[in-house]
Amino acid sequence: MEKILKFSSTTINLPNEDIDTDQIVPARFLTLPSKEGIGDCLFYDWRFDKLGHPIEDFVLNKPEARNSSILVAGNNFGCGSSREHAPWALVDFGFKAIISTSFADIFKNNALKNGLIPITVPEDIHKKLLGNEGLEVAVDLDNLKLETELGNACSFSIDPFSRYCLMNGIDQLGYILSQELEITNYETSQ
Amino acid sequence: MNSRPKTLFEKVWEQHVVVPETHDIPAIIYIDLHLIHEVTTPQAFTLLRENNLKVRDPKKVLATMDHSTPTVPITSLKDLDIVSEKGPAEQIRNMVKNCNDFGIELYGFDSDRRGIVHVIGPELGATQPGRTMVCGDSHTSTHGAFGALAFGIGTTEVAHVLATQCLLQRKPKTLSVNLTGNLNSGVCAKDIILKIVGDIGVDGGTGHVIEYRGNTVSSLSLEQRMTICNMSIEAGARAGMFAPDQSTFDYLENRPMSPKGDDWVKAVNKWSNLVTDDGAIFDKEVDIDIDALQPMITFGTNPGMVMSIDAEVPHHNGSQSFKQALNYMKVESGKPLLEKPIDVVFIGSCTNSRLSDLQDAADILKDRKVDSNVRTLIVPGSQAIKAEAENLGLDQIFKKAGAEWRESGCSMCLGMNGDTVGEGKLAVSTSNRNFEGRQGKGSRTILASPKTAAASAISGVVQDPRIYGDK
Repeated sequence: MEKILKFSSTTINLPNEDIDTDQIVPARFLTLPSKEGIGDCLFYDWRFDKLGHPIEDFVLNKPEARNSSILVAGNNFGCGSSREHAPWALVDFGFKAIISTSFADIFKNNALKNGLIPITVPEDIHKKLLGNEGLEVAVDLDNLKLETELGNACSFSIDPFSRYCLMNGIDQLGYILSQELEITNYETSQ
Repeated sequence: MNSRPKTLFEKVWEQHVVVPETHDIPAIIYIDLHLIHEVTTPQAFTLLRENNLKVRDPKKVLATMDHSTPTVPITSLKDLDIVSEKGPAEQIRNMVKNCNDFGIELYGFDSDRRGIVHVIGPELGATQPGRTMVCGDSHTSTHGAFGALAFGIGTTEVAHVLATQCLLQRKPKTLSVNLTGNLNSGVCAKDIILKIVGDIGVDGGTGHVIEYRGNTVSSLSLEQRMTICNMSIEAGARAGMFAPDQSTFDYLENRPMSPKGDDWVKAVNKWSNLVTDDGAIFDKEVDIDIDALQPMITFGTNPGMVMSIDAEVPHHNGSQSFKQALNYMKVESGKPLLEKPIDVVFIGSCTNSRLSDLQDAADILKDRKVDSNVRTLIVPGSQAIKAEAENLGLDQIFKKAGAEWRESGCSMCLGMNGDTVGEGKLAVSTSNRNFEGRQGKGSRTILASPKTAAASAISGVVQDPRIYGDK
């Protein structure tokens, strides 16, 4: 896993609230055998018309979307299905962070295991970002700080263990495996 | 000894802590039972192979195929290419190989116990009070009906549990949903959970485990409790739970995987302590009046956009998402949905595909015909339920009414293999999600109970089940 410390990017906006993982990756694409290339399915039914042609005014089809690694989305992003295909597709498309006022639990867990940072910000910052699409935003995972080019800044929180793993490029499975003795002790005590 | 009163959730949680949580590191909790299916496991098995890891305890894994399986009859993998789309067929074959390679027993096409993973767990007696259970599926919350702590996980976590039987978790908060009163005629458990999701919102339970409490609970069957727990995730909750009681024990006694003999007596004794202590404190509480509950339907594109069946679509609050939902559904604020023509009725899914759900539908469909403009698909939750329903003659009632009677599976709930609502078509569905395109590209979904779905099938429009003199 790539180490993530800080990065900056312009933002793109998807202000809809309660964006569910069925929109992020529709169920018919869940038979894909691997994670590679799944970004092509990202928001497929919002991105493409019935004939499979890109819908021009949808934000992910705009040229600036390809240069942006930060998506600003409405409240409760990632609700619904537990499919990890959702963060896989967002990452494969090129996103490194999603900014919202809240995230669904399973999506948040899945995102953090794939180098995608769910950043919860206060409503005033969220409004500012939604009102100024394309702002340059700097994300500093080390100092847990988000700053816009307009000078708006806020801190955000990430589960300390997930943050440690992201900053050091560590897979969480290694840690659980290292607790083998504790696991065996638990099993014997049952 | 620590005598602080504890909630049911806390008791189950504490019994499964392998390594306690600290500020820096989440707890490692032990998983008693891991449910797996073909759609969210392939990349997890790949991860095990890449890291040369084994499945730690294959006996603690319950495997079946449900999400992308066809619902037309097949008895072997050979039939698959005839009836199935290519992607799902490959995924199903891959599941068989993965289970073989890693020594996991699979309830596959050759098993008469195959079915939707959240239906067969309880049916087999694998779902038990006090157990921790996970699955790469958000509706794992279903199993909380038995007093298990059960929740959905992603594919990376599926790999973690396969390799270690453990999961890294922060302890969630608790939410008590207090249900008071009794269900009126024509009103179902589905209506209870739709009401709850509507009241607290699709993120009202985020970060919380719900315990359903109150004087309604003792009158609810385990199948009703499963329907309610199933959709806890639609309110964003990690899990939903009911404390086990005599009904729970009666349901589980003599199931294939339930404890037997002395072990059964010991188990019931142990399970009887799995109740929230008097004075235990929940992080949040919500009250729901069941006496006043009507049949509920959704009008929008998430399960929180619900109303009573005879209500008018609410006026929107100015949000763009609300407006988009009404546009997508082709419904208008201030107008009722009752009597709105429909194209499809789906009775099935891990929410409402158990025998009592099929009986609810059959009571209404008996000696009646479904409207000629409506395609009605009835899909039992498991092969065992299919057999039971056929023993009771329910299949004949459905077929005579003009409905399709299928093999078990997730089917039209998520439309992964052939069973879809159709572009632009409107369905009344007993499943759990009315998201845009959830039941196939361009599908529009109204969520409802099996009774409301059956009544709507006959009428050809969104219909109140109470007009059919329902019990």
